Amino acid sequence: MTELGDIVRAAKDSGNSALLVQTIPYLNFIGFTLETTHGEMLGKMAYADPLIGNPSIPALHGGTIGALLESTAIFAALLETEALVLPKIVTITIDYLRSGRPVDTYAKASITRQGRRVVNVTAEAWQEDRARPIARANAIFLIEPL
Amino acid sequence: MADAPPSERGPKSVEQAAPVDPAVQRSVLESAVGYVPHNRALGMTFVGQDGGRITVALPYDEKLIGNPVTRVLHGGAITALMDATCGLSVYLKLLEPIPVATLDLRIDYLRPATPDQPVHARAECFKLTRNVAFVRCEAFHPAAESDLVAVANGTFIVSRGRPADAAKPRIK
Repeated sequence: MTELGDIVRAAKDSGNSALLVQTIPYLNFIGFTLETTHGEMLGKMAYADPLIGNPSIPALHGGTIGALLESTAIFAALLETEALVLPKIVTITIDYLRSGRPVDTYAKASITRQGRRVVNVTAEAWQEDRARPIARANAIFLIEPL
Repeated sequence: MADAPPSERGPKSVEQAAPVDPAVQRSVLESAVGYVPHNRALGMTFVGQDGGRITVALPYDEKLIGNPVTRVLHGGAITALMDATCGLSVYLKLLEPIPVATLDLRIDYLRPATPDQPVHARAECFKLTRNVAFVRCEAFHPAAESDLVAVANGTFIVSRGRPADAAKPRIK
């Protein structure tokens, strides 16, 4: 088993994915971390100026919001299923509902269906007010049980 | 949705517009890519445009790796590249600096991006109505253009100014 496989297994066994998140360079690049609050796993993208897409509003780049939704969905697909490798994304559809302001953004992902090879995940992103989501996504991942 | 009726505030079509100096256009599009902080953070650069299709490059960078074992780029970087390129294709069609915002974007990942190779995205706004732009986009390695990495379809809202009396919703 690879070193990454060990980290994945440790994350699944302990429920703590901090080491796994740190192992993935892109997640550090966008300031992504996982938080568990009230037993709920949330993805967080800490605000930083390089995440801006439109400096005149200013608003977050749509790609960064998509990345937050996709990353949160990956961890739901990994940690809430029997997957032992990083799930491979097949497709994602993102609906942009409001512009993302220059503050921290959160996301919650839920498994819609888990099959032997395919996991369907929905995810929602918000900023200060969870009742006013800024984006939603549907994603499909392939998982390979060992 | 039906086309908006023609009006003096409606979009200029590419055919109606005055000829654009290619060098000026290139400079404008290069600036448009670099104007966006996240595009700069990813190292995106304008490659070219041809027949309404615009191409933008994302260089391979270790900081964008999504799987440290395979060294494949994270989907998020591809999403940002395709979103940005789709948006630019709308500007190319509008020929005016009208704000556009992504309504939705669907990305199908056909195969993992090959490590150490740049990814190019080529987008075309194939339909522009008064309010909405419809865009399709392909991502590939320039060394193997036909072996697509990802395809995307997006819709964008075009925020044209409206007459004051048209500010209210037109339905109900």
